[in-house]
Amino acid sequence: METVYSYYPGCTQLSSAKEYDVSARLVCEKLGIELRELPDWTCCGASAAHTLDETLSVVVPARNLVIAEKEGLPLATACAMCFSRLKIAAHELGDAEKLDQFKEITGKDFGNSVEIVHLLQALDSEEVSYPVERPLQGLKVACYYGCLLTRPRETVGFDDEENPHKMDSLMAALGAEAVDWAFKTECCGASLPFSRPDIVVKLAHRILRNAKQAGADCVAVACPMCHSNLDTTQDDMKKTYGDDFELPILYFTQLVGLALGYSSHELGLEKHFVDPRPMLKSKELG
Amino acid sequence: MARIGVFVCHCGTNIGGVVDVARVLEAAKEMPQVVFVDDNKYTCSEPGQASVRDAIVENQLDKVVIGSCSPRMHERTFRNTVASAGLNPYMLEIANLREHCSWVHGHDKERATDKAIELIRMAVAKVNRHEALFPKEAGITKRALVIGGGVAGSQAALDIANAGYEVVLVEREPTIGGRMAQLDKTFPTLDCSACILAPKMVDVGQHPNITLRTYAEVQKVSGFVGNFEVEILQKAKKVDHTKCTGCGTCWEKCPEKVDAEFDLGLGKRTAIYIPFPQAVPPKPVVDVDHCRYIKYVKFMEEGGEGKAPPQCRICEKMCPSQAIDWSQEDEIITEKFGAIVVATGFKTFDHSVYEEFGGGRYPDVISSLQLERLMNASGPTGGEVVRPSDGAHPKTVVFISCVGSRDRHKQRSYCSKVCCMYMAKHAIMLKEHDPDVQCYIFYIDIRAGGKDFDEFAVRAQEEYGALYLRGRVSKIYPEGKKLIVLGEDSLMGRPVEIPADLVVLATGIEPSDGAAELAQTLNISYDTHHFFVEAHVKLRPVETQMDGILLAGCCIGPRDIPESVAQGSAAASKVTDLFSQESLITDPMVAAIDPAKCSGCLLCVELCPFNAIEPGTTRDGRTIAVVNESLCKGCGLCTAGCRCGAANLRGFTQQQLLAEVASLWQ
Repeated sequence: METVYSYYPGCTQLSSAKEYDVSARLVCEKLGIELRELPDWTCCGASAAHTLDETLSVVVPARNLVIAEKEGLPLATACAMCFSRLKIAAHELGDAEKLDQFKEITGKDFGNSVEIVHLLQALDSEEVSYPVERPLQGLKVACYYGCLLTRPRETVGFDDEENPHKMDSLMAALGAEAVDWAFKTECCGASLPFSRPDIVVKLAHRILRNAKQAGADCVAVACPMCHSNLDTTQDDMKKTYGDDFELPILYFTQLVGLALGYSSHELGLEKHFVDPRPMLKSKELG
Repeated sequence: MARIGVFVCHCGTNIGGVVDVARVLEAAKEMPQVVFVDDNKYTCSEPGQASVRDAIVENQLDKVVIGSCSPRMHERTFRNTVASAGLNPYMLEIANLREHCSWVHGHDKERATDKAIELIRMAVAKVNRHEALFPKEAGITKRALVIGGGVAGSQAALDIANAGYEVVLVEREPTIGGRMAQLDKTFPTLDCSACILAPKMVDVGQHPNITLRTYAEVQKVSGFVGNFEVEILQKAKKVDHTKCTGCGTCWEKCPEKVDAEFDLGLGKRTAIYIPFPQAVPPKPVVDVDHCRYIKYVKFMEEGGEGKAPPQCRICEKMCPSQAIDWSQEDEIITEKFGAIVVATGFKTFDHSVYEEFGGGRYPDVISSLQLERLMNASGPTGGEVVRPSDGAHPKTVVFISCVGSRDRHKQRSYCSKVCCMYMAKHAIMLKEHDPDVQCYIFYIDIRAGGKDFDEFAVRAQEEYGALYLRGRVSKIYPEGKKLIVLGEDSLMGRPVEIPADLVVLATGIEPSDGAAELAQTLNISYDTHHFFVEAHVKLRPVETQMDGILLAGCCIGPRDIPESVAQGSAAASKVTDLFSQESLITDPMVAAIDPAKCSGCLLCVELCPFNAIEPGTTRDGRTIAVVNESLCKGCGLCTAGCRCGAANLRGFTQQQLLAEVASLWQ
């Protein structure tokens, strides 16, 4: 497994998902994985680009791939949306005509040879050994992959799209129990919180209800959007459906960080809307 | 010097309307060895044939070229014509002036005529090198082997037996009956399946001409049509069926419980068992993988450590007829047959690959065949339709069509044909079992093409309240005691959410386990899904490319009971056709290997797709290749591949073909 990656943070890592970025960096440091931030990186286009124009949705993220190619390292990213857009751009540019068009538009030479991975792949428990200092004994985690991480299969090529298990295996390697539940890859509402928050609350409620029924103490995520939709809407869920789940939503890197011995504060756990600290304390996990 | 006659057919205007027949005849007159030319409006007609016959006799012709339609149409006709004039029927060559000329070059008559002349020229050059060919005779063993004792195989066996021939029916399971025995009722009549099948099964078991070998499998097949040699593995039943009366004491008392294959895991059977009450033969076998005594014997033989498992032998102690025989061993029985009918049927698709439906982990998401077992009075719940999880009666039942069918992502693009009908049947029957039940059926299409089929499907909706929703289901997840089914009603254009008590998946039809291996044993073709391939999909639906090996039922592809029964009879009639002949007339246009030229490299043995060439020895001990003329199909691969020019396909010899090509440069 690689130990040096170009790192593409994506916009949320610097703002609303700062704790994801912080925990990811801390974890990689302890595991001897170097994350070198990609110089001059820019927006991946997210949903804005692909709903507007197909060419735009390829060119915008691919600009970063050109830089990554020059760096000569595999490119890792923490956000599932960035991962998806980068992967799809690389896939589209596999078509010679589109690649020529891209080179013409950007004026750059590009061989489309960048290996793109999500942080979950880089930290695959089958490839990386974890010096666990604080086994997450007794912690039941519902691993939530979201819709983008494993789909479309031909483009992303990572784990099973209906019932993935990579995150589950990772949790098991940390001593936690990954619960068997039915909503691993169901949509959380994505970028709808601004235009249709009612849909987000409905979908997120359904996800968390199933997680709770499966006996989960918390939900692990690998995407800032998923995190936001599941974490920030729990008050609205209570108002609309009367369900007060109080289910902490944690970035999987934060759970890894806890297992590797970092403190809640170092991992930014207090930044979450639903505070995970009381639950963790009750399990003597920090 | 040959005396060749050339006859050009107008074929109405099919040929004559494009090709200038007169010009062709003029050119033919000049061709080497041609002594007579003539044309005909319709050579295949009575007067047409008569004129050819008379011309042969009057002009002492010894070889004939007919420029006409494709040999696929009239080769046999014109061979007979030539034979009726006293010539060997193989002294004929047909030039295809229709399909290969007038029909494809209708826009350019000039050049079409030039081409017709070339085709005649080639035919003349070839026929000049023809030699008389004589068909041979081979004997026929008038015994039939039927592989598979489901409804198709049983029908085939009965028909052949009733025609007076011996049949051996080999069935892998301890009983015949196949999938039909597992059904409760059959569409569209709602006949009780066992009631209509059992009489046939009993007939098979009792017919004087049928030897029933259950718990047996075909291991090896060699030979050719009329002369097959088959090795059958008869598995040890550990019960002497000549003594056993089928009283049932042994399986009542057996303490070992095993998941019953017949009930698809929903119920249990014992280690000594019959699969279901109407089994034929109605006598048990011992499942040696689960029998306690066998386990004990193995333990003692292997010198195991610790406490020995119990000896049991309760069946032996209780049997009033002393029929238990532990000394029985598997044995290989070799028999000869003249024809083989393959009717190995199907199994249902394993829906656990659909993770969105629970991946097989939700006990209340079941397959249609499992529902049949629940509905059946001799099933695991005595005919009570209850949820496997808690035994409660379901009030809301959701059906999902096309699970493992019409789905290219699961490598099953085909339609399984019977599911739309059986889902309607299930909706009707569930309502009959419980008038409070509400059935929802998620469908893509409703395929009800048989007699009274569409009326049946409509009845399920109009009389039995089944609600048909056109759309797919994207997810099923448990919530409390219910299964939430998330689907789409595409006609209303909205998502649908149904809290179901029971979900039934219409799982598709696939070939039975071991189909590919059996096909290889028989040397017959199978497709990507392991269904066996017919000789011609439209016109020869129960034959294979191997003469003497017939097919019937779902081993060919998805089909229903009447079709399988019809095919069983059809296959049987092919067998009796064969057996009604005194001997087999073999096609003389087969390969021949000149031992003088053969180097014994045996490349042709590998090339032959029909296993028709074998190594042999000359009298002085030299290895050569020898063609089995009964198996040879005249494909010509050996002729093309032979490096010594020893192999030659009679009727298409290298010399004849080279003469054709060389004639074009004259």
